[in-house]
Amino acid sequence: MDRVSPRAQLEAQTTEGIGKLIGLRVVAVLTLAAGTWYVTWRWVWSVNWHNWWIAVPLVVAETYSLVDGYLFAITIWRMKRRGDPPPPPEDATADVLITTYNEPVDLVMTTARAALAIDFPHQTYILDDGNRPEMRAAAEAAGVGYLTRGREWEGHARHAKAGNLNNALFQTYGEFILILDADQIPKRQILDRTLGWFRDPDMALVQTPQWFSNVTDSDPLGSQAPLFYGPIQQGKDGWNAAFFCGSNAVIRREALMRLGIQEYVAEVDAAVRTALRTSGRILDRARRQIRKVDPSAASAVADVRRGVETALRRLDAGEPVADVTYDVQETVRAASREVVSDDLAGIRRDLADIGVDLAEDVGFETDPETGIPLAQDEILDELTTRDFSPLGALEAVGRIMRSVDVTRGEEAQPVMPMATVSVTEDMATCMRLHAAGWKSAFYHEILATGLAPEDLGTMLKQRLRWAQGTLQVLLKESPLTKKGLKSGQRLMYFATMWSYLAGFAALAFLLAPVFYLLFDALPVHAWGLTFLTFFTPYFLLNQLLFFIVGYGVKTWRGHQYSLALFPIWIKACVTAAANVWFGRDLGFIVTPKVREGGRQRFPFRLIWPQLTIMVVLVASVIVGVVKLWTGSALTVIGVGVNTAWVAYDVVVLSVIIEAALYRPPEPDQQAGTVPQEART
Amino acid sequence: MDIVSTGRGRMAVLSASGRLNMVAAPQLKKAVDEAVAGGHPRIVVDLSAVDFIDSSGLGALIGGLKSARQASGDLRISGAGEQVRTVLGLTNLDRILKPYADIEEASHGW
Repeated sequence: MDRVSPRAQLEAQTTEGIGKLIGLRVVAVLTLAAGTWYVTWRWVWSVNWHNWWIAVPLVVAETYSLVDGYLFAITIWRMKRRGDPPPPPEDATADVLITTYNEPVDLVMTTARAALAIDFPHQTYILDDGNRPEMRAAAEAAGVGYLTRGREWEGHARHAKAGNLNNALFQTYGEFILILDADQIPKRQILDRTLGWFRDPDMALVQTPQWFSNVTDSDPLGSQAPLFYGPIQQGKDGWNAAFFCGSNAVIRREALMRLGIQEYVAEVDAAVRTALRTSGRILDRARRQIRKVDPSAASAVADVRRGVETALRRLDAGEPVADVTYDVQETVRAASREVVSDDLAGIRRDLADIGVDLAEDVGFETDPETGIPLAQDEILDELTTRDFSPLGALEAVGRIMRSVDVTRGEEAQPVMPMATVSVTEDMATCMRLHAAGWKSAFYHEILATGLAPEDLGTMLKQRLRWAQGTLQVLLKESPLTKKGLKSGQRLMYFATMWSYLAGFAALAFLLAPVFYLLFDALPVHAWGLTFLTFFTPYFLLNQLLFFIVGYGVKTWRGHQYSLALFPIWIKACVTAAANVWFGRDLGFIVTPKVREGGRQRFPFRLIWPQLTIMVVLVASVIVGVVKLWTGSALTVIGVGVNTAWVAYDVVVLSVIIEAALYRPPEPDQQAGTVPQEART
Repeated sequence: MDIVSTGRGRMAVLSASGRLNMVAAPQLKKAVDEAVAGGHPRIVVDLSAVDFIDSSGLGALIGGLKSARQASGDLRISGAGEQVRTVLGLTNLDRILKPYADIEEASHGW
């Protein structure tokens, strides 16, 4: 079986110089000019409004692709090739953290032994989120540190890998942290080749490529991502926006910890303000109700109301949150004592009410997915519209204020340096680092090799998770509006998120020829020469651009999958939106690193949308040709263009069948161990 | 880094000296936990002899604040020097932990 050596892949990729960059820019500008010319012609002169239901989706999809082209051109505009790294900073200390959840002990230990052998002085730790005795025994036998979650995590959101890393951050103390997934076997020189970039005191992160050793040359599952771990990351690096990809990266501990503390302060501050505003509304209502009946209680409530108002003003003036909340709580306590002597029966009734409704739930809860404290608007609204007695109102306010105390009681650790806002913690963390003014680097040398998923089902789950995570970040902390990012960085994050909307465009591209061939629904005014005059230059220049950017690396698979996985992209958009906007469950998936045993049948269930569309495409061409034969309305050039279009779609989509039929070669050793080549 | 712990009733004073960085942070967190477990949930961490603190050191202070508050106590800091105040400002942590001038001021009201 052929395997491309990492070295060969790398060298093919790093031969471009300044001349190539200039050439690239020229072709990029020409491509965009031709694309803009074409899409303008499409919108202004060629949309067949009579068939708007297919004409508009098609022209929107074409516009989407053009925007994608602009973002790609901006990405590669400043492609940054880093040469040899400087030597590591003197006295640098490093930890190697290997994250695992359920991977086989042998696989983790192979990585751990390679990590021990890294040249630069360091401490190695296995972060076992599965808390397995056999993993601990193996780690101890090999002399590797072993870390698991402590008792403080019981009953708290665990945040998967981000939580695992956050837990370990407080038990280790190296200045720099190399993060490795359980299957990513490092080379000895990995730290010596990356730490030098941290001579820049603002450098927070150095990412190296992910390269998979268990993938055949033809790579039917599209596992290698040479375009991403190459021109795209180099391009993002040029804008100081190289992405953190979760593994094979070195992070400066100080950057991560400072981020954790800043986020902690921001979240405590926000939760306290919401709590104060809610308390104000509860007190206003209580005061209105009792002003006439019980003037003395009304004045006690008014005191607390003023206290709340003062607290908000003091927060705005920058006074410490701890002092302000402490004083509010004191004011509430004092006022409660004043009111207590009044109507005892009413108080008991209220307390019973509160006991039922408020003991557990005071309007703030922890998002089970992300662990962020969330104001529950419905409960807070209900509290502010309830008829409380004076003491009931004060008690509710007291509980609300205690629930947002400065300790973030809902989290196992008050400080969470790795962002927990998304299932792809790496991208969210990286964006926050950039927003805080830190730098990142992409260093293009393969310094660790890992294992890619070996079956279609696992691969699809992984892609879905990446897409969902990326879209979660887009919807929760949009890079277009996030404070602190430079405009180039905004565009680099947005470009990646934009690319995940491709599923909707794919639908239009796939269905337009079907509607034409089957139902004579013409989306454009003319298929004739005019169309070809506008379209051909754009198409050819686009191909040329990708050819230059991806020279020497295989970009065809990536290209195929961006269309062929359209059902996954659509599903990711729908589920991520439902999660962020309506709090629906995303269904977290740990990507298995070893394939499940047994004979696999053809996975119709996983790829029925693609198979269906392929059948429909082929059938449409047959119908179209028959129609032409029998002299129906279709034109020769129309059928010709659409047949070529369908042929292209079918060839691109066919990768999914290849992937479904793919069976990885049996490894030499037992299932789950690493192929020999990967150890070199 | 050295930490000297002195208990006074429900209160304890932890006097730290030297560099409160990523290496020393677990030590500080442990000292706070021990003081809380020993019946002194009101803690003043005196930083007057600390000449360098990093974000890991601040992380240990926040972790200590949590332990103390969970035991109905509190954690306050005193005697922060120039560098410590700069880092507190940089991370906005001075929005949560107020740097008191000395141990007396920090423990006022206890």
